Amino acid sequence: MNKIALIIQREYLTRVRKKSFIVMTLIGPILMAAMILAPVYLSEIASGKVTKVAILDETGWFFEKFKDQDKIDFYYVDGDLKTEKVKALANKDLLLYIPLPELNIPVNAQLFATDQPGLNVSAYIKSVMKNIVETKRLMAVGIDPKVIKKTKTDINLITIKVDETGNEQKSNTEVEIGLAYLAGFMIYFFIFMFGAQVMKGVSEEKSNRIVEVIISSVKPFQLMMGKIVGVALVGLTQFLLWIVLTFVFVGIFQSGIMGGDFASVMQAQQGQMAAAQNGSGINAAAFSQVSEVLGGIDFKVMIFSFLFYFLGGYLLYSSLFAAIGGAVDQQADTQQFMLPVSLPLIFAVISSSVVIQQPDSAFSVWMSMIPFTSPIIMMMRIPFGVPYWQIGVSLGLLVIGFVITTWLAAKVYRVGILMYGKKVSYAELWKWLWYKE
Amino acid sequence: MAYLRVDNVTKTYASQKALDKVTLEVPGQSIYGLLGPNGAGKTTLIRIINMITRPDSGEVFIDGHPLTREDIGNIGYMPEERGIYKKMKVGEQAIYLARLKGLSKADALKKLKFWFDRLEIGSWWNRKVEELSKGMQQKVQFIVTILHEPKLLIFDEPFSGFDPINVNILKDEIRYLNKQGATIIFSTHNMASVEEICDHITLIDKSRNVLSGEIHEIKDQFKTHTFNIAYHSETALTSILNPSDYRIVKQEKLRDGFSADIQLLNGTTPNRLLTQLLPKIEIVAMQEILPSLNDIFIEVVNNNNRSAHE
Repeated sequence: MNKIALIIQREYLTRVRKKSFIVMTLIGPILMAAMILAPVYLSEIASGKVTKVAILDETGWFFEKFKDQDKIDFYYVDGDLKTEKVKALANKDLLLYIPLPELNIPVNAQLFATDQPGLNVSAYIKSVMKNIVETKRLMAVGIDPKVIKKTKTDINLITIKVDETGNEQKSNTEVEIGLAYLAGFMIYFFIFMFGAQVMKGVSEEKSNRIVEVIISSVKPFQLMMGKIVGVALVGLTQFLLWIVLTFVFVGIFQSGIMGGDFASVMQAQQGQMAAAQNGSGINAAAFSQVSEVLGGIDFKVMIFSFLFYFLGGYLLYSSLFAAIGGAVDQQADTQQFMLPVSLPLIFAVISSSVVIQQPDSAFSVWMSMIPFTSPIIMMMRIPFGVPYWQIGVSLGLLVIGFVITTWLAAKVYRVGILMYGKKVSYAELWKWLWYKE
Repeated sequence: MAYLRVDNVTKTYASQKALDKVTLEVPGQSIYGLLGPNGAGKTTLIRIINMITRPDSGEVFIDGHPLTREDIGNIGYMPEERGIYKKMKVGEQAIYLARLKGLSKADALKKLKFWFDRLEIGSWWNRKVEELSKGMQQKVQFIVTILHEPKLLIFDEPFSGFDPINVNILKDEIRYLNKQGATIIFSTHNMASVEEICDHITLIDKSRNVLSGEIHEIKDQFKTHTFNIAYHSETALTSILNPSDYRIVKQEKLRDGFSADIQLLNGTTPNRLLTQLLPKIEIVAMQEILPSLNDIFIEVVNNNNRSAHE
């Protein structure tokens, strides 16, 4: 077998078999699946049974005002608190007690229950009471609540993106901002995490003198590239497993626990969300708008560019990290070289808020072209829509960038990996670049 | 003919000379000791032979031609301790390193089985290296070094982590490999550990080759014509031996008789010593005292220092 393939295989297998990798690979999708499923699951539990609420209203303000809800039934009782409480609780019902207030405005109420009542119950009771008390107060000062309702305004701004061909697409910047941050930070995180793994591995080989044994049969460049490619495959494996396992976990949960009606629950939940807001259709509109925006984003481009920018950015930086690991004797000495190498990455993250505010400004465009910052910045721009030619140029520059850094890094690595006991300075590194084979 | 020739090699690190015009010849199929104190330049020389570092000047020849990358594949190098991945399993690692050196997987497995059985470490195959003791790790390292049957084997301080039993096992294996045709170079500061196994040595001190040659010749060259005798008698030796021909180096009373170290001066032969002594005292044993490598080394280094001061 080819030697470089042998090295890749070792780097890959030893890392993939590590406990930390397996734990990370499992925990990631579990968290993601939990994030998707938790709201649905919770509402499912809450909606499992119908809650009955007995109302003992001493004020009379709320008679007939509580309407039966999807999972809440109301009935009115009339008696003294003590007996009604015992009666209601014996039936496992709740008792809502609204006492006659001293100042004539009932703002206090008590809800008696054997079990902790669901949030939806208390939320509904509160909203009904608030509504009625407010209306009465407005009437008291001579304002018709209907007037107030009429003047109440919700601004729902919809931006329409028009591309060169005149196609119109609704866009909602909030969703895009979320995606932009997510994509940018994931790239940042991946580059650092796997870049550091390369550096650590190189440093280990150097301080263990393994290189001295291996170098008789392998070229330094093969050793370096083998490690970089091996770790890259680990990264891709983890990424793909995360996606696949997330779907698997969600699927298992659906079919196993929910009995397959996941979709209908989801729908019901969405409906509830919309209905919950006093029937004002605005939020329902906003909700459907989100899905419309998500539909408007080109996920094929997103995923393709994510993979490409992850790989490109990783290759660019990990070769530099490998050179650092090879240059210094001890891992502790890596700090002084880490800073200048990671500076562009940190700068890219710092400027992310500027970029997201103005994704098409000259600054953003330039940052998304320069190979050192482009993986993060371009990923942040893509959800807002970027002309294909810009992505193309940026990717091209990234490829050129990593070819050059790999070439330079290999020269430093080649000399450094076999050099011991020398305090490495930048002047020294510069000299290494010009050593002949 | 010399298998390996180091010709006038000089290497300077920053301000310090690591090797100063070192020349030496390692005969084919010899067991060669590269001796010297810590920091003398031994490891630097080995690293140059392995093409890990390049000399500032001078050249290394192997089998008559200048050393090339391809030759390095025929060298097995065991660095001082370490040299293996701590977190990998023993067997997996051995196969990996063997395959990097060009062995096929099946070949590697077969040879590894042979050597693991031979050194009785087969049961460690699935253990992680970091779980093993230092001596055990060195056995693994030893096997990995010799597995591809290199013509030249270089061991840097090979016995440092071993107990005496394992040192002997390892020495036997090295002799075995030598018989199979390998040329072997040891580097160590512990002269006593290689004295009986080496046939040639080079002493390196302060980056220079201060003494090279066949071990018997060197011992001959440095012998002081001193003999140890054990005898029974109360008679003072000084009354028997003429002080211009004999110098009594040491004299002591043993539990049973006496012992004395006598140096013969002016070309006096041991036979004459005996004829002088026999009529007067009862001799139990007599034996020539040969200098140990340690003694030789100290003497050479001291001379070296003295001449450096002058």
